Amino acid sequence: MDIVVCVKTNPDLQMMRVKDRVPVLEAVPCKVGDLEKNALEAALQLRDAAGGGKITAVTVAEGDRKIRETMKEALAIGADEALIVADAALEGADQAGIAAALAAALGRAGAFDLLLFGEGSSDGYSGQVPGRVAEILGLAQIGYARKLETVAAGGGSDGAGGAGIRAERSMGDVIEVLEAPFPVAVTVVSEINEPRLPSLMQIMKAGKKPVTELTLADVGLEAAAVAPRRSVVSNLAEEQARKHVMLEGDAARQAEALVAALVGEGVLGRA
Amino acid sequence: MAAILVYSEHQGTALELLGKARELAGELGLEVCAASLGGAAAAEAAELAAHGAARVYTSDEAAFDGLPTDVLAEALAKIGEQAAAELVLLGSTRRGRELGGRLAQRLGAGCVTDATSLALEDGKLVAGRYDLGGATVRREVVETSPAVIAVMPKVFAADGPGGAADASGAAGGPPGPSGDVVPAQLVLQPSAVRLVERNPREGETVDLAAAPRIVGVGRGLSKREDVPLGERLAVAMGAELGCTKSLADFGWLPEDRIVGLSGAKTAPDLYLALGVSGQVQHTVGVSQAKVIAAVNTDKEAPIFKLADYGVVGDLYQLVPALLERLEAL
Repeated sequence: MDIVVCVKTNPDLQMMRVKDRVPVLEAVPCKVGDLEKNALEAALQLRDAAGGGKITAVTVAEGDRKIRETMKEALAIGADEALIVADAALEGADQAGIAAALAAALGRAGAFDLLLFGEGSSDGYSGQVPGRVAEILGLAQIGYARKLETVAAGGGSDGAGGAGIRAERSMGDVIEVLEAPFPVAVTVVSEINEPRLPSLMQIMKAGKKPVTELTLADVGLEAAAVAPRRSVVSNLAEEQARKHVMLEGDAARQAEALVAALVGEGVLGRA
Repeated sequence: MAAILVYSEHQGTALELLGKARELAGELGLEVCAASLGGAAAAEAAELAAHGAARVYTSDEAAFDGLPTDVLAEALAKIGEQAAAELVLLGSTRRGRELGGRLAQRLGAGCVTDATSLALEDGKLVAGRYDLGGATVRREVVETSPAVIAVMPKVFAADGPGGAADASGAAGGPPGPSGDVVPAQLVLQPSAVRLVERNPREGETVDLAAAPRIVGVGRGLSKREDVPLGERLAVAMGAELGCTKSLADFGWLPEDRIVGLSGAKTAPDLYLALGVSGQVQHTVGVSQAKVIAAVNTDKEAPIFKLADYGVVGDLYQLVPALLERLEAL
């Protein structure tokens, strides 16, 4: 079973500071996004259950050292090889541009059964890219999987008799079970598994795994194909006007003061 | 006449979007259309037409069973064409958010999902959404026509029948007669994705977004057996119990109790944070609270920067003391 996992190079938001409402991202290290770690873990479990196959991690970004570090992390977690599309033209790309580059890169990754994504990135969390890539490649898609298993018979009419995937997902007030034949695009939520931490041995071996690095031209795209379709007016921290009243004393005094304050605000009291 | 096309599989959300669409349509010189697709299409279409949609495209073809994303995207792209839509407004439910990317790609459009604001500024439609894990609000203009924008549920108030003024007081135009319901001209391929089962969630579910008060618990709670402590305080305050993602990840509370980026975005009158450090991924879910109070042992905890009332102390002492005071109310 061959699986491709799309990985985004996310800034480590725990390390990000906000100064005068402006996020400071310089010098913030990058890492594999949390949900993409779930996607990699799901890929490993499905591949092992299927008894073999290849896992390829794919990413696209403007080219710099951070992507290679991120992909090394994906390889340490367990991907067999990595494919990077790095191109300066991708700086400032929106979801449409990222999806165009990813879809073109997937054309170079060879055939796959399953295309996995996190349901959103740790930073932007738009959730657009999986659907865009699936649309470009003409793949069926299943979002928000919290359980995944392979099934012998595919779900759709096209896949009768072929292999496919069965996914369980929560859509708020309902739980759905869906099936689709391979190839299919699936996004996962954090509930699906507990991603493994790579061992020192895996981290060392990751440096020896194959990494292919391509430019947009290599995957047959011009810079115009990844030009943004939206402009950013501003990206600032919200202004928070809060009172910052600290309540002193022992627990009884603090409780008394807090209840009095909340009643005074009109947000607590007998209904 | 060019149009704004409104679609959400969730009728309440579709009505909220209609209200906003009417307001924008008045300013942009567009007409408001809507789509109603799948099993309940006919009844819902009539309601949308009565709430200010000039035309409602409807179809209950079998391909809509289970509302597969690829079929919805194909259908809405075609309806968008028939309606000459310059803007497609979706509800950013899980389903709508998934649909947004695919539909936008099909239309060659730019897209904003999870929008929490939408306003015309100098003739341009600016959509706001959280970015960088909730640390910032990113305000974007989609430069394509059509543009696809998926708006979070409950951002806008639903109009009354005929399109009365919305909650912000901006009128969407004079109340008009009910719009037309027309069959969408669609030739659809069935999806390769098949719905095998659909079951209601087991156990009680909670809608934190609608809660007037929320008591949120975080990792200051030292063990699962202490969750009832938070529950007791919530009951005494007439509040719902919410939690950080960590506590749901531990399995101490169900996912619908998560407040924050990966859970509910709430706007209660009161949010009381117990043992919550105040990571932005959590606090983004309560930034619209009228009053925020926080109890934490660490006086440097970021939650105090967001709090109107802060208590540096041990929640295991504070909660019993609060319960005692509340009893006396």
